[in-house]
Amino acid sequence: MSQDFRLESVGLVNRDKKLSFKFNGKKYFGYEGDTLASALLANGVHLVGRSFKYHRPRGFFGAGVDEPYAIVQLYRNNETEPNIKATEQELFEGLEAKSVNCWPSVNFDIGAINNFLKIFLPAGFYYKTFMWPKSFWYRIYEPFIRKAAGLGVASTKHDKERYEHKYEYCDLLIAGSGPSGLSSAYAAAKNGAKVILAEDKPRFGGSLLTDDVNIGNQSGKDWAEGIVAELKTMPNVVVKNRSQIFGYYDHNMLVMSEKVSDHLPKTKKYHPNKRLWYIRAKEVLISSGSIERPIVFGNNDTPGVMLSSAAKEYLKVYGVLVGKNPLIFTNNDSGYETAIEFQKHGVQPTVLDSRKNPESEIIDEAKSLGINIKNSYVVVAAQGYKKVKSADVASISDDKKQLGKIENIKCDCICVSGFWTPSIHLASQSGNKTKFKEEIDAFVPGISKQQETTLGAANGVFSLEETLQTSFAKGGELSKKITDNDNKVSIPNVVEKKSSKHDKFWCVPLPAGKNYKRFLDFQNDVAVSDIEIALREGYRSIEHVKRYTTLGMATDQGKTSNLNGLQLVSEIENKVVPAVGHTTFRPPYTPISIGAIVGREVGKHSKPTRKSPMHAWHEKNNAVFVDAGVWLRPRYYKRGNENLFEGSKREAKNVRTNVGVCDVTTLGKIDIKGPDAAELLNRVYTNAWLKLPVGKARYGVMLREDGIVMDDGTTTRISENHYHMTTTTAQAANVLSHLEYYLQLVWPELNVNVVSATEQWAGAAIAGPKSRVVLQKLFPNLDVSNEGLPFMGYMEGDLFGVKARIFRISFSGELAYEVNVESDYGNFMWEKIMEVGEEYEIQPYGTEALSTLRIEMGHVAGSELDGRTIPYDNSLEGLVSKKKDFIGKRSLQRSAFTAKDRQKIVGVVPLDKKTSIPEGSHLVKDDKAPLPNPKLGHISASCWSVEYDNPFSLAILKDGKNMIGEKLFAMSPLKNKVIPVEIVSSHYVDPKGERVRS
Amino acid sequence: MLYIKCPHCGMRPQIEFSYGGDASVKRPELNKEISDKEWDDFVYNRKSLRGKHLELWQHISGCRQWIKVERDTATHEIFKTFKADEEVV
Repeated sequence: MSQDFRLESVGLVNRDKKLSFKFNGKKYFGYEGDTLASALLANGVHLVGRSFKYHRPRGFFGAGVDEPYAIVQLYRNNETEPNIKATEQELFEGLEAKSVNCWPSVNFDIGAINNFLKIFLPAGFYYKTFMWPKSFWYRIYEPFIRKAAGLGVASTKHDKERYEHKYEYCDLLIAGSGPSGLSSAYAAAKNGAKVILAEDKPRFGGSLLTDDVNIGNQSGKDWAEGIVAELKTMPNVVVKNRSQIFGYYDHNMLVMSEKVSDHLPKTKKYHPNKRLWYIRAKEVLISSGSIERPIVFGNNDTPGVMLSSAAKEYLKVYGVLVGKNPLIFTNNDSGYETAIEFQKHGVQPTVLDSRKNPESEIIDEAKSLGINIKNSYVVVAAQGYKKVKSADVASISDDKKQLGKIENIKCDCICVSGFWTPSIHLASQSGNKTKFKEEIDAFVPGISKQQETTLGAANGVFSLEETLQTSFAKGGELSKKITDNDNKVSIPNVVEKKSSKHDKFWCVPLPAGKNYKRFLDFQNDVAVSDIEIALREGYRSIEHVKRYTTLGMATDQGKTSNLNGLQLVSEIENKVVPAVGHTTFRPPYTPISIGAIVGREVGKHSKPTRKSPMHAWHEKNNAVFVDAGVWLRPRYYKRGNENLFEGSKREAKNVRTNVGVCDVTTLGKIDIKGPDAAELLNRVYTNAWLKLPVGKARYGVMLREDGIVMDDGTTTRISENHYHMTTTTAQAANVLSHLEYYLQLVWPELNVNVVSATEQWAGAAIAGPKSRVVLQKLFPNLDVSNEGLPFMGYMEGDLFGVKARIFRISFSGELAYEVNVESDYGNFMWEKIMEVGEEYEIQPYGTEALSTLRIEMGHVAGSELDGRTIPYDNSLEGLVSKKKDFIGKRSLQRSAFTAKDRQKIVGVVPLDKKTSIPEGSHLVKDDKAPLPNPKLGHISASCWSVEYDNPFSLAILKDGKNMIGEKLFAMSPLKNKVIPVEIVSSHYVDPKGERVRS
Repeated sequence: MLYIKCPHCGMRPQIEFSYGGDASVKRPELNKEISDKEWDDFVYNRKSLRGKHLELWQHISGCRQWIKVERDTATHEIFKTFKADEEVV
């Protein structure tokens, strides 16, 4: 198909590279350098979607980030992405896109029936209609609304693209590469400042690409190209296109999304799809320009009605005519500039100007070109359904209240200019207190909160000469402060046409007897009448009006609608616009891919993975791994077809009867040194530490200041002033911070140093009745007898040439030892243990068997030390010193903690000795009691006792101390189980603790 | 994201730090008899200040030192940072 609306040799697209693409299944051609929007317009396609609420036909309204209509579902390299603006998507070979929000097709959309029902769909319709009956919400209303509303469809597949994050620091960050951005960047770069210049579009230059101006005896476009080329050669400057600064956060940190690959058919190897830049800038210059505002009139959402600046951009950048019989409707001189471009390229436009007698150089030029101009004329309504066919126009009285006789004139597009709205989003996000500038009917930045300056059109300055002067000066001044260089740059001569004042006119009155929809917000179908209803119903705050009517919401966040909405509210309320105020600007400025925000922290990269030095051995020996915090630990070592239950039972049984070995490297280890080390331990732990001899270990419990158990573990006195503390795997980092807190802030007088040694030591727990003979074989020269190395003893040894630490401590409740060697020798140690243990039937055991062993011994772990229990609850009150003070001791006097029926740990056995009790089950007195059944306690951990071969659980139970022997019910609504149980001692196996001392 | 001057390491981004609460809270001395009220005030009761606030941060991914930061809770402005043992002026 030919590109009927493409002009010969006009624009910046590459005519040598023709690209084919598909839209709604139909094949078209465009050129390299096109956007999807410009390529469709070149082919005369104006109907691209359906509106959100009424499903009215939608075309193109803008040519960039402000686009409210042309949102498509994009298909690229077998992936799909929803809600892409056709005006931003660059064309590539093989691009495919589809319309969104229409069914069965954009040409025939069943939802368009809403358009005829619009009288029943006013503002707040959803709120009012779907409120009752309440039970209808989930079953009927919500599914219906979900089906009828919404834009594109997110892919349910895993995103194969890669996204990167980058952190950068600079002196000046400049947002926007229009005349202001280029000037300030150039001046700052010449002073040697580190500059980042960001442009969201593919081409640099901003308004210079389309405006008929002359800078330093060159066209604006050529001047921009020269500056960019020079900036790119400077080592202190980073120049980025396709890069949108979308958020301005605290302490001058801004975030920018760089589209690295979206303009290509496929992401190149080793390239990310997008790169998110976190930029900390000393100074930020916001040169984000301005967005043209529409004038509101009847049916102003018809395809073919668009911003006059967009029509000019399509013509000048892409060589595309948005129509061949254009009608221009303006309240200022910008409309004339578009008209002049049309006229110069052989298309005769008609200009309707709401002003009575405007005079300016631009208007003179238009007149001299013979353009048909009608003053004090307005468009009353666009006519045509899927495309503008004509316009009802009329003269308007000076007070803009009375319309003259309505005439109909033929046209195929209506280009609207209602003057310009500065893009103050970034400034406002930074905390800038914006102010209303009467002369331009818009808000501009006011007092800065952060190191931020807004320049050019974004600051409401529409004269090119003034923009260049202030921007060169500001770029020079700010960079001089940072670099101390003062290389003066001469400001080039500017030739521009002077414009006249715009008309403070933004909405065409309805003619008598007509009820045209006059849209304010194009993406959400919010019309003038909707705002009127909201105000009539008592909504006053602009934030409430926004939420009730959806004005300024959705993906374009009201870039083209906000100010007209404010104008309307201020008119009805009889207030000035600044008194109404604007809604809050929040990041992101425009939608950003979730993938870019997440970056590379997906899947297994969402957190670090820590592996012990013995990991490869575990893998080789069929370990099934489990996440333990960030660590990967063997859960059990699978033999044959064993499942978890069978495997862990075998391993636990082997520990009880022979000997097993468990990788305990993951335990937190803290090295504590200094003359006051004992004193520190004495204050941190609940029990006494001052008299622990060298070469002995002790079990300790530490509390938070609120009396809740924080962690437990053993600490060993290695030498006079040197201790080795172990913590649980989960709490290792917190315990270190806790110790540092007290040493640095509370008791700085203590002469102690603490450092994490978790990764320095590999640990193996050797447990079981035969563990002593295994240890003896490992250390043949040591006396490891019960007298030589008693329970809680410590010694150092030589493990086949490797220095080792040997602790006689036990978590399994069996005779057990823990051997530590430096991490690099971990695997060596492990293999030696397996080697010498072979004749004693040693088996490795994983965390599941480890749990079984500790549960049936009644040893507490994370599921009991759950941030809600005190020492008493865990039967650790014997470790709480009555003599000395320690962290959290005073809290133990709280009345709840000393209550007679305080909860306590107990053992739980099912009466049938068969049914395992799900962890988390509640213990209740009466299984038939009405809900909510009073809960007496909960099951904290469950196992299959290998000692007695029946299920056994631990529970934290109210008045647990006096409940031994009671019969209760364990209820698990989740598992739908009610299990009659008996309460027993938590020390189910070896209650006297004889084995560990044997 | 805040930009915090660690008195030991210099300007560092917030992700390197962890927050530690009100720095003006003093732990009661060990072995001292105190009322329930005094203890509750130390453990639980905090003011939710709007404005200038002296707070603790730990440079957890850096030098691991606890520092004091004088920050405006409303604007996030950081006025000054201090070492743990430094007199706050």
